[in-house]
Amino acid sequence: MMLENKTITVTIDGVPVSVPAGTTIMEAAETLGVHIPRLCYHPSLSRQGSCRICIVEVKDMPYFMTSCSVEVSEGMEVRTNSPEIRQARRDIIELLLDNHPKECQTCERDGNCELQRLAYSLGVRERLFEGERKSFDIEASGRSVVRDSEKCILCQRCVRVCSEVQGVYNLSQQSRGFGTVVTPAHFQAMDESVCVQCGQCINVCPTAAFLEQNHTEFVWQALADPAKHVVVQTAPSIRATIGEGFGLEPGTPTTGRMITALRRMGFDAVFDTDLGADLTIVEEANEFIGRLKTGPLPMITSCSPGWINFMEKFYPELIPNASTCRSPMTMLSALAKTYYAETTGRRPEDIYMVAVMPCVAKKFEARRPEHYIGPDIPMTDAVLTTRELIWMIKSYGIDFAGLPDGDFDAPLGIATGAGDIFGTTGGVMEATLRTASETLTGEKCEKLEFKEVRAVEGLREVDLVIGDMTLSVGVANGLQNAKILLDKVVSGEKSFHIIEIMACPGGCIGGGGQPYPPSGYEILDSKLLALRAGALYEVDKNRPVRRSHANPAVKAIYDTFLGEPGSPKSHELLHTTYHPQLPRGIR
Amino acid sequence: MISSTDNREEIEAKSRAVLQDDIVSYIEHCRSLPHPESYLIAVLHKVQRHFGYLGNEHLDAVAQLMQIPAAKVTGVATFYHFFRLQPRGKYMINVCMGTACYVKGADRVLEKLKEELGIDIGETTKDRLFTLEATRCLGTCGLAPVITIDGQVYGEVTPDQIPGLLEKTIKGTRE
Repeated sequence: MMLENKTITVTIDGVPVSVPAGTTIMEAAETLGVHIPRLCYHPSLSRQGSCRICIVEVKDMPYFMTSCSVEVSEGMEVRTNSPEIRQARRDIIELLLDNHPKECQTCERDGNCELQRLAYSLGVRERLFEGERKSFDIEASGRSVVRDSEKCILCQRCVRVCSEVQGVYNLSQQSRGFGTVVTPAHFQAMDESVCVQCGQCINVCPTAAFLEQNHTEFVWQALADPAKHVVVQTAPSIRATIGEGFGLEPGTPTTGRMITALRRMGFDAVFDTDLGADLTIVEEANEFIGRLKTGPLPMITSCSPGWINFMEKFYPELIPNASTCRSPMTMLSALAKTYYAETTGRRPEDIYMVAVMPCVAKKFEARRPEHYIGPDIPMTDAVLTTRELIWMIKSYGIDFAGLPDGDFDAPLGIATGAGDIFGTTGGVMEATLRTASETLTGEKCEKLEFKEVRAVEGLREVDLVIGDMTLSVGVANGLQNAKILLDKVVSGEKSFHIIEIMACPGGCIGGGGQPYPPSGYEILDSKLLALRAGALYEVDKNRPVRRSHANPAVKAIYDTFLGEPGSPKSHELLHTTYHPQLPRGIR
Repeated sequence: MISSTDNREEIEAKSRAVLQDDIVSYIEHCRSLPHPESYLIAVLHKVQRHFGYLGNEHLDAVAQLMQIPAAKVTGVATFYHFFRLQPRGKYMINVCMGTACYVKGADRVLEKLKEELGIDIGETTKDRLFTLEATRCLGTCGLAPVITIDGQVYGEVTPDQIPGLLEKTIKGTRE
């Protein structure tokens, strides 16, 4: 565009400011340190302009303008806080509240709700409008995602994240007027729709219209049951994000405090999903070396359950390309109920496995029939999101920030730095390369960090020279980005050897179960994701062992229990199958 | 590369079977034009004209053949009043709710119809005989309140005439 380099000068609340053409009034105000209240706006999503909270007064304009969607023009004079504007914003919030359940005190988002925060900061102290309120049933049949349309304010952030960031387009506004509701097609239940269970709708929702299926009560009950041996595993990314729930700066690794908190809550053993990640690497590397000879290539990673759901509904033709490895969570759970049960003389049904995950799709994964060890014995009994664990620790009354460090329990808590980085984009690939660079060449490889596969921008295609071969590698996070890679595979436009896909933006650190970000940060914000990833790289750096195949616990498990990578027992416990699922998604 | 796990062809064949050939050809024609998604409403009109309503199976078939997300297709179908999401009965009953009919008691006539048929506005009786609709002015205000049954206009209708009118409509077909 011709305007690209043009600078425009405007006045906001009497202060002149020069910004590039194409900047919105809201963005221009931000450069002056003025935060205009907003609700439907999200910096990572398309401009919506539907909530009208961000209205401002522009001189000579006959009506208020939405600052999130109107771009500045030369000489514009903007007032963001006139009495009329303040009153209009208050009216809008009051009207939204009038059509909203009065259950703040018993709501999951109490204290963490953008609508509640706005009502307070704009000075809404009473409700003047009383009228009919919309009435919808809660849709709580989903294994991962619960939808409560009465709390929906129709900002459409979920609609936009689902279509623009995830390329799923499962949610859309249905009906009209007072009956307008955001649901999947045909008002379907989430599990009957094309939903991939990623939970990004939960992350971007300003209220509690979307929440995860809550497992905390199952866990409280298991902890109180003397007949149960309750064990817990924590995913790699939890150590990088859980601190945010307790006022610690984003990017603060809190592995030791997290372990101590779990022990104080009464868990009998605290295991590390990183060990499952190390096993994944060893199994996947073995699988990959086989596929280099016999195909099919590319091999695509299988750790992210949102991606697996997406594959089964949107790209079923790529099922043969997916690694058959179960996810690290399910591998660890499988071992807990076999290897650990045998070595500690317990029956699998007496062990209760709780997994703390950054992910809501893991709740869905845990209930897949493929991941049961017996007719009524799931490998993973309950899945808590990072948010749910934060709430449980607070509810217990544990002062997290002040806790001493603890250590994971042997043997299922012994892991490497390669497992830690599974929690961020490119991490599975980097961990694979740390092992593959040695197994493919048969030589010791000095290179540990493969920064070229860290797809912080969402999508990366790189060629890597390993020994005498060149590996064509693809890495994507966010399913809209994944589509770009996968379409190349399907059309044959490009041949890859190996592809890593994580369903959520930034990988697990941006998962659908991660904490609502502290003030000053946004969900999907690259600044926040970089801090969280930084914490994982720091943890990795401080590990004595940073290659999965060098993990002594992994060696011991193969030597005494599984045999070799790819052995029949490994296949039974560590691998799975996938099937096309309906409804088929439109990609 | 054709994979054994690809269900695209199967789903497309099923979708074509759900819709009528003319509609499938029209969709294919639309897909050859720029901005094919902008023809969604035109396609839905054709489907409704043929089947009398837009059923879930029709909407899913349109979504698959036009490659438009199903949530978007149902979003459009549920937004516009003209689109019907339930099958039509054999006889359409339109109750005029225009100003003249309303002040002359159309609401009481409508209530009686709901009671007799056991359905609400926009619904169809279980036996698929009657569909009840409320409409705006039919242009015969002198006869208010007015209803039409199967295209036949009835004026100055009172609630107690309703059972007779329904019976007459059903009998009319049996004779």
